[in-house]
Amino acid sequence: MSGISIYKSNSLAGQIHHDLEVSAAKCYQCGKCSAGCPVATEMDYPPSMVLRMLQTENPVLEEKLLRSYSIWMCVTCEMCYGRCPMEIDIPKVMDYLREKSLKENKVNPKAKNIVKFHKAFLDSVNYTGRLSEVGLIADYKLRTFNVVQDVNLVPSMLAKGKLHFIPEMIKDRLKISKIFKKTLHKK
Amino acid sequence: MKIGLYPGCSLKGSSREYNESVNALANAFDITLEEVPDWNCCGATAAHNLNHELSLSLPARILALAEQAGMEMLVIPCAACYSRLTIVQYELNQDEELKKKVSEIIEMPYLGNIKILNVIQFIQQFILEKLPAKIKQPFNYKVACYYGCLLVRPHGILKFDRPEDPLTMDEAMKAVGADSIDWAFKVECCGAGMSVARTDVVGKLSGSIMKDAVDRGAEAIIVACPMCHSNLDMRRPDINKALSEKITTPVLYITQALGLAVGIDPKTLGLHRHFVPVNLPKKEIQTQMEVK
Repeated sequence: MSGISIYKSNSLAGQIHHDLEVSAAKCYQCGKCSAGCPVATEMDYPPSMVLRMLQTENPVLEEKLLRSYSIWMCVTCEMCYGRCPMEIDIPKVMDYLREKSLKENKVNPKAKNIVKFHKAFLDSVNYTGRLSEVGLIADYKLRTFNVVQDVNLVPSMLAKGKLHFIPEMIKDRLKISKIFKKTLHKK
Repeated sequence: MKIGLYPGCSLKGSSREYNESVNALANAFDITLEEVPDWNCCGATAAHNLNHELSLSLPARILALAEQAGMEMLVIPCAACYSRLTIVQYELNQDEELKKKVSEIIEMPYLGNIKILNVIQFIQQFILEKLPAKIKQPFNYKVACYYGCLLVRPHGILKFDRPEDPLTMDEAMKAVGADSIDWAFKVECCGAGMSVARTDVVGKLSGSIMKDAVDRGAEAIIVACPMCHSNLDMRRPDINKALSEKITTPVLYITQALGLAVGIDPKTLGLHRHFVPVNLPKKEIQTQMEVK
C-alpha cells in the first residue's frame, strides 16, 4: 500500500489497512451493519463496535477483539458489507482477525467448537481433496466429544442416500496436500 | 461450446438431489454439463476463516483445471462455491502479483478468464426462453423465492441481480406458472455453516425465514443453495422447536420445481431425498378462457 497512512504502523487497524486496503477510519458508526447482522445478538461486540475498537488503535481493545467470540460467530453472510454506506469490507476484516487470532492462540474459549469444525472440515479436504461429510462429522464428534449430536439424523440420511461412508478421493491428492503445506500448515 | 460443471462437495453428498436435478433439467433441454476433471473442494467457509492463501488456492486449482479442460463457461449450482470461485477470480484479476503467487502454490498455469455462471444465470441463458413450450404441468403454487446470502452478496463482485430484492428466481418461477410472493426474508441468512457447531442459531434464523414465508401464504420455498436447503429442510425439527410450531411447507431447489413443470419425474429430480416430504396438492390447470 503506497501513500501516507493515517494509522500507527503497529496497530491492528494499521496492519489491516496495509494488508487488506480496508480502512476502519471510514466508519462513522451509523450502525447499519449491526442492525442487519443476523448474529449480532450472539456476539460480544457487534460489527460496528468491532470497527470502533479498531479505530481507537488501543492495544487493550485490540487484544479483546482477537480474543472475542464475535469474530468466530460471524457467518460471513456479507450483509454488513452489502449495506455499509462507506463500503467497508467488514467480512474481510473478520477473516483477517480470525486468522490472526488462530495464529496467536487467542481463540475465544466459547468458539473452540466452531474452530474444531473448521479444522475437521479442512483436514477432510487435505486428506481426500474433497469434503467427506461422514468424515467431517465423525472427526468433529471426536474433537468435541459431542458423540450423540445428530445421530437421530443418521438412519433417515442413509435411507435417502445422503451419507457416503467411502469418501470420494481425487487423483491428485498430493497436489492438495502440497497446497495445504504451503498455506495453512506453513511453518 | 463446452459448458463445465463444478458440483462441489455438498452436491455429491447431502445435497445430491440438487446435482441430480441440475443435470436432469439441463438434459431435458439437450445440454450436457461436463464435470471439471479431478476437482477439489473450494475450501468453503472453513478455508477463508482460517487462512487467506488457502482460500485463494483451492478455488484457483479448480478454475485452472477447468481452463485446462477447455471450458469457456463454468456452471456452479452451489451458491457458496459460486461465491468463493467468483471472489477468487476477481481478487486474482485485481492483483497480478498475487495471481503469480497462487499459480506457484497450485503449480499450475492460471489465466482467470473463464465465465462463471450460478444456476439462475445458467437457467436464464440456456433454458428460460425455451421453457414455455416445454411445460407439461404448470407449477401453479404460491412460492417464496429464497436467495440467501452468497448468491447476491457481495454485489460489487458478483454483480448479479439486485442485492436487497432480487427478482431473477421469481421470474423463472413465474415462467412455469408459479405465483411468487412478496416477502421480507429473500436475502436473509439461514445460519449457513453454523449448522453443526451452533444448531440453535440455525433454528432461530431459518425459523424466521420459514415463518415469514408461510405467514405470507407460501406453499413451497424455492432455493438455489445446498446450505439453505439443508438448513430449511433437514433442520426443520430445530426450526419448529425454535418457533414452537409445526411447519410442513416443503423446500425445493429451483431446478426441481422447473423440472417438475417440464415433466421430469420426481424420482429423477431426487424429491424423495428431502426430509420434509414434498406433497404438493394437485391443482387444476386453469385454461385460458376467452373473455368476451
